[in-house]
Amino acid sequence: MHTVFVRNYPAVPADRKEILRYAGAGDDVSGIAELLERCLAEASGREAGRVCWCEFPIREIGEKLSLGFAETDSAALRKNLRGCGSIIVFAATVGMAFDRLIARYAAISPAKALLFQAIGAERIESLCDAFCRDIAAEKAAEGRTLRPRFSPGYGDLPLQMQRDIFAVLDCPRKIGLSLNGSLLMSPSKSVTAIIGIAGDTPAEE
Amino acid sequence: MKINEFLQEHLLYLDGGMGTLLQAQGLGPGELPERWNLSRPEVITEIHRAYYDAGSHIVNTNTFGANILKFTPEELDEIIRAAVENAREAIRTSSGSQPKWVALDIGPTGRMLKPYGDFDFEDAVACFAETVKLGVKYGADLIMIETMNDSYETKAALLAAKENSDLPVFVSNAYGEDGKLMTGASPAAMVAMLEGMGADAVGVNCSLGPKALAGVVEEYLAYASVPVILKPNAGLPRVENGRTVYDVPPEEFAADVSELIRRGVRIAGGCCGTTPAYIAALTAASAGIAPVEIVPKNITCVSSYTHAVIFGDAPILIGERINPTGKKRFKEALRAHDMEYILNEGVAQEEKGVHILDVNVGLPEIDEVEMLRSAVCELQAIINLPLQIDTSDPVAMEAALRRYNGKAMINSVSGKQESMDVIFPLAKKYGGLIVALTLDENGIPADAEGRAAIARRILAEAEKYGIAKKDIIFDPLAMTISADNSAAKETMRAVRMIRQELGCHTSLGVSNVSFGLPARDMINSTFFALTLGGGLSAAIMNPYSAEMMKTYHTYCALAGLDENCAGYIAFADTLPQPAAPTAPAAENKASAKSEDFSSALQRTIIKGLRDQAGEAAAQMLENKDALQIVQEEIIPALNTVGEGFEKKTVYLPQLLMSAEAAKAAFEVIKSRTASGKTADKCAFVIATVKGDIHDIGKNIVKLILENYGFAVTDLGRDVPPERVVEEVVRLHAPIAGLSALMTTTVPAMEETIQLLRRDAPWCRIVVGGAVLTKEYADAIGADKYARDAMEAVRYAEEIDRGLQ
Repeated sequence: MHTVFVRNYPAVPADRKEILRYAGAGDDVSGIAELLERCLAEASGREAGRVCWCEFPIREIGEKLSLGFAETDSAALRKNLRGCGSIIVFAATVGMAFDRLIARYAAISPAKALLFQAIGAERIESLCDAFCRDIAAEKAAEGRTLRPRFSPGYGDLPLQMQRDIFAVLDCPRKIGLSLNGSLLMSPSKSVTAIIGIAGDTPAEE
Repeated sequence: MKINEFLQEHLLYLDGGMGTLLQAQGLGPGELPERWNLSRPEVITEIHRAYYDAGSHIVNTNTFGANILKFTPEELDEIIRAAVENAREAIRTSSGSQPKWVALDIGPTGRMLKPYGDFDFEDAVACFAETVKLGVKYGADLIMIETMNDSYETKAALLAAKENSDLPVFVSNAYGEDGKLMTGASPAAMVAMLEGMGADAVGVNCSLGPKALAGVVEEYLAYASVPVILKPNAGLPRVENGRTVYDVPPEEFAADVSELIRRGVRIAGGCCGTTPAYIAALTAASAGIAPVEIVPKNITCVSSYTHAVIFGDAPILIGERINPTGKKRFKEALRAHDMEYILNEGVAQEEKGVHILDVNVGLPEIDEVEMLRSAVCELQAIINLPLQIDTSDPVAMEAALRRYNGKAMINSVSGKQESMDVIFPLAKKYGGLIVALTLDENGIPADAEGRAAIARRILAEAEKYGIAKKDIIFDPLAMTISADNSAAKETMRAVRMIRQELGCHTSLGVSNVSFGLPARDMINSTFFALTLGGGLSAAIMNPYSAEMMKTYHTYCALAGLDENCAGYIAFADTLPQPAAPTAPAAENKASAKSEDFSSALQRTIIKGLRDQAGEAAAQMLENKDALQIVQEEIIPALNTVGEGFEKKTVYLPQLLMSAEAAKAAFEVIKSRTASGKTADKCAFVIATVKGDIHDIGKNIVKLILENYGFAVTDLGRDVPPERVVEEVVRLHAPIAGLSALMTTTVPAMEETIQLLRRDAPWCRIVVGGAVLTKEYADAIGADKYARDAMEAVRYAEEIDRGLQ
């Protein structure tokens, strides 16, 4: 039986340097720094970080790798998962607020829209990092270690795998995340990924 | 017995979770549980029966995801037939003696509606309609719409249920820990919209355990005049010794839900993680509780996708600026379908502090139905405020109400029979707070008594439709005192009479009172203060009028509606301060600083100071010709920034800030020059291609092109190839710009190019976007690949020069 776990995450402090990097700002941030502060204040309190995930044992089946919820012949993923006995598949979102802010300012202030885009990108990456740190700590207690997260669309892992991930995690219901016809996610500031877990699986599982 | 009758006197128990029980029986990861209605009917029937045995009055059919997006029409028909039959079979074999019903279960489609997803509202309605029709065909007793986390999709589902059945409809939403739906709606907003549309019960399910949902439930109980549903999870799952357990056990769950039943919940069950044991514990624990009586709350309100605005003691401001009457620039924007202009008007009023926006986009020469529908859709996508839909065309009214994400204000009905005959059915179907004008076939009565009499007739007629008094707000009509000395006096009397004798709220278009007189603000604001004192609930007004805003904030402070006068103090801070004498030293410093720039305007543009650029342009207009300013100041400043960008000494955010500053300067020049035209270069049609919803890059290019004087027509995002061609042909545009961010939408770009080559062979095509390269652009047949906005501008300038 597979259980989908859900966790809410409070917002962590913003990494301004990273946001400016996402926005394509150069070293001279005069003028922009102030606009960024205004944007951060406007976005403050509107982030709703949520993650849902599920753990599966994995095994080789001939040429393919069975992930427990789907099979794949992606060489890149296989390489990433070498030495792993199981995986965590997760979906994370920071909520709709950034989509609305981006849309609002697209029509009024492209500079702000660009900054909200960058803030959203930094926020979702921070959320994924926070989640992976939590899981790494849990697994470390069992003597296991994590591989870097790997998303559909990386290397030769097809974007189509989004459909399998959404089916198994029940993302719309668990964290309010939906997948559209062209495999894009709404809210857009969201990530799905697979994390390999290396080391022996504890006996009771 | 009918469910709604049973509910009058009793608590109604629902069932518990289905998914976890099916997994325990072997449902695989990603397997569709609805198929088990056909392949494992005995398992489904057994679960239903266990719930009936535990005391459930209603079980939900195993059809949470049963819709035409996931199944073929034939399979969907089979699944729903079997699902209803499985529940019926459970009733036949259950030992429980309580009355039992079968609810057709409808969950979310899993697709996000436009504009934040790609699923059209009407497609969603059609999708739900298929499921509803099959539920009716196979004999479900009611419809249960549940676990919806988006207000717009909830509306689509409820509309489909109402349009395709006469069954009772229960609607339950899934709230996050913040007490809001994922897309932002508060409980009060959901109650307002769903009750307005005729839901028979409303409430909450899923997401959290009963304790965590208590706050949301309390809000439902405070606002709802219909029975409230509670169907929480057994808390959250966690792994204990390798087994999955939910952190709220049956007894605790039953006690927590029972507590909320004592507060007024009438319909209770469980969601994820709950089992027949939870329902048995719940029915046992709450058996002795007398149901709390359901009383009408009599709350007059409207709602947006986020929140409800309640008409009570504090006056409600309705911004009047989205209206072309008497506004040349606005009319021009409507004719050009310049949505950006309308959105700007909306955002600016929101920032001024109005609570509701009036939306009137009627002009004789445009398609008002289409214009109003798209204005409502675009405004509600980016603005939090509820809208007041203002049109005299009932077809446009229906189109807008249908797409409105919330409970709208309907402006307006009058005492004319013809008007009531068309507006009341719309209000009944879509919900809404109706603005009723106290005039009829004989015109506007001169005195207050006459207007109150019309108001009474309107209320009586509304009652025939089952529209409650709380959903009508009267506009007793402000008339100008320049024509009739007692006009204001009678209007004020009418406001008081309607408030005191009829117990209804009132709204006024305040500024009419001063028509034909000088210094109108003075009269308007004093009249506003007087009518507020007489009990006026709302005013349609100009939020840019400092006098009106002063009156509003002062009134709130004086009437005890502004705690610690905080609102007043904050507002007073925004008022212009009397100019302090400037220290000569500071002045010297300022002029020294501007030495690097040939003018203050150039400085504001190069520095990207949007707020100051407009002012600088206005000052310069006093002694310089508009065209000269553009040619000698704005363009050179933009060139400085643009060249910096090309040399990588200026980066994208700075480029945009400068472009916005230049645009602010252009707007000032536009509004103060006779022609209103600043575009002197050729037409440029721009779009993000079909299937792609990314438009930041496209918007950047558009902004810079406009700065450089191109007449840009922006078709938006997700634009079908035919639409691009149509516009290029219509304008005979020499250039089209296409943007795509995703590899998956490059084929749509190629298709657009091919269609343009066929139907508009004169048109040069420039493409850009994250996934494109020069090679890629060549391969799909574009004329030019532009790496960034400046490169697109340089190319466009080249084409434009070639046309001269």
